[in-house]
Amino acid sequence: LRVAAVFVWLAATGCSKEPAPPAGPPPDAKRVDVSTAGRVSGRVVLEGPVPQNPPIKIEADPFCQNAQKDGMTSESFVVKDGALDNAFVYVKDGLGSYVFDVPTAPVTLAQQGCRYGPHVVGVRVNQPIEITTADATIHNVHALAKVNSGFNFGQQIPGEKQRKTFVKPEVMVEFKCDVHSWMRAYAGVLPHPYFAVSGNGGMFELKDVPPGTYTIEAWHEKLGTQTQTVTLGEKDSKEITFTFKAPTS
Amino acid sequence: VITLHRYAKLVAACTILLIAAGGMVTSTDSGLAVPDWPNTYGRFMFFFPFEKMIGGIFYEHGHRMIASTVGFLTIILAIWTWRVEPRRWVRWLSVAALGAVVLQGVLGGLTVLFLLPPPVSIGHAALAQMFLCLTISLAVFTSPRWIAAANPVDDPRLRRLAATTTAIVYGQILLGATMRHTGAGLAIPDFPLVFGGLLPPSWTAPVAVHFAHRVGALVVTGAVLLTTARVWRYKDRPELIRPAFALAVFLCIQIALGAAVVLTGLQPVVNTAHVVNGALVLGSALVLTLGSFRPVFDRALQRTARPVASVARPLGARS
Repeated sequence: LRVAAVFVWLAATGCSKEPAPPAGPPPDAKRVDVSTAGRVSGRVVLEGPVPQNPPIKIEADPFCQNAQKDGMTSESFVVKDGALDNAFVYVKDGLGSYVFDVPTAPVTLAQQGCRYGPHVVGVRVNQPIEITTADATIHNVHALAKVNSGFNFGQQIPGEKQRKTFVKPEVMVEFKCDVHSWMRAYAGVLPHPYFAVSGNGGMFELKDVPPGTYTIEAWHEKLGTQTQTVTLGEKDSKEITFTFKAPTS
Repeated sequence: VITLHRYAKLVAACTILLIAAGGMVTSTDSGLAVPDWPNTYGRFMFFFPFEKMIGGIFYEHGHRMIASTVGFLTIILAIWTWRVEPRRWVRWLSVAALGAVVLQGVLGGLTVLFLLPPPVSIGHAALAQMFLCLTISLAVFTSPRWIAAANPVDDPRLRRLAATTTAIVYGQILLGATMRHTGAGLAIPDFPLVFGGLLPPSWTAPVAVHFAHRVGALVVTGAVLLTTARVWRYKDRPELIRPAFALAVFLCIQIALGAAVVLTGLQPVVNTAHVVNGALVLGSALVLTLGSFRPVFDRALQRTARPVASVARPLGARS
């Protein structure tokens, strides 16, 4: 009986992680004045030989095999002419007491053809993230959160949707499907809107950034992180480049 | 003729198969491929269609199916033992096995529902080995050799050595389970050296667990050498020499598999073979230990048995 009571208590307290109610704004909270805000843009590049994305064995699921007739490779390195896509670039530090409205529209993470799309995505704290499937096969959506509550649920009917929210900042939350072990996606959860995923030749842009000095970080799933410090004046624009070195092996 | 002893051996063999299936779940990282429990994707688990057992579901759902089968076999084992076995302590041992397999199922469900917390997953792995030990013990205690044993070897030093070896092997398996369920399997990436030397250049929790498992292998090897050397005195006693030989052989295989696990970068089949063979090392150490303790069982039973009962009901025969 005691053991049962302990389990019930665990289930009722420590193990049930209900989203915390949003905390009120700090007393010195301020909002961004877009008329004086600037922008930070730039590129993410990869220096050195481009690593090969290894082929993925998808024979275990005939649906995936049909959906990806030309085969699949891992999505870790999307590189063209030295430009690196799928890096998550964000303001890591320096925003102080600015507060931001949380969008109510969800960010979508879609499962299609036994892949996640997008592979890397940004979402705001308390903004819904809608996970959808278009596949006529079973997927499980397993969020390996470390700061937030992780979750794991199944989707097996095309068109199925489920919404989740993360209540704390976390860079990055990994999503995986344990049925199809190659399926991976990464979500950066932030309390502000200053993030982007490098694309179209490694490009990124952070708009409407208020004047100040910021630590900007670029994260890549295989290459780790890099940071730079940027100081923005009123209506200022800065361009920066993050250069990752290709792994030696 | 199917005897209780043969049936207990069947349950022990199925438990080895179950450990192999569980090992494949962890080795292929499929532990959460079925997100619900006790159902499978909302269906009663026995009605889940075979054609949907794809990818990680094959391993996780297959593990659940084999586990259910072993649970069912254990229920029969407990009922059968309770009905035909004259020794009360053996009957209760079968009940303990049944309790262990039920608890094991609950732990397996909890670890899925709480997203594989290492303490629960390690507990699940530890209880699996304990359940195997219970089924092996039942097979030993119901064997004709055990029941008819005459003039068993009475060597206190052998008993101490064998029991200590079994305990060390179990501890080593717990370390291995901790390593597997905390993702420390490649925390030290080379073998037989450690980052090119004898000691890790820096210590983190995964490196410490991995290194402890390697040191544990040396300790187990030493303990097995001492024990088998002692058994060598009783070359004409098959109840001791056979499990000792098996222990030595399984240990050699285990060391080779341990090296292969690192050198193949945690290849799932190799990884699982290491888990299964580890269970065989434990099982053979346990059989040897029980054999060495045979006279102690006799003395304990003589102390507790009523004089009339001991005459009227010889070991193994129920009136």
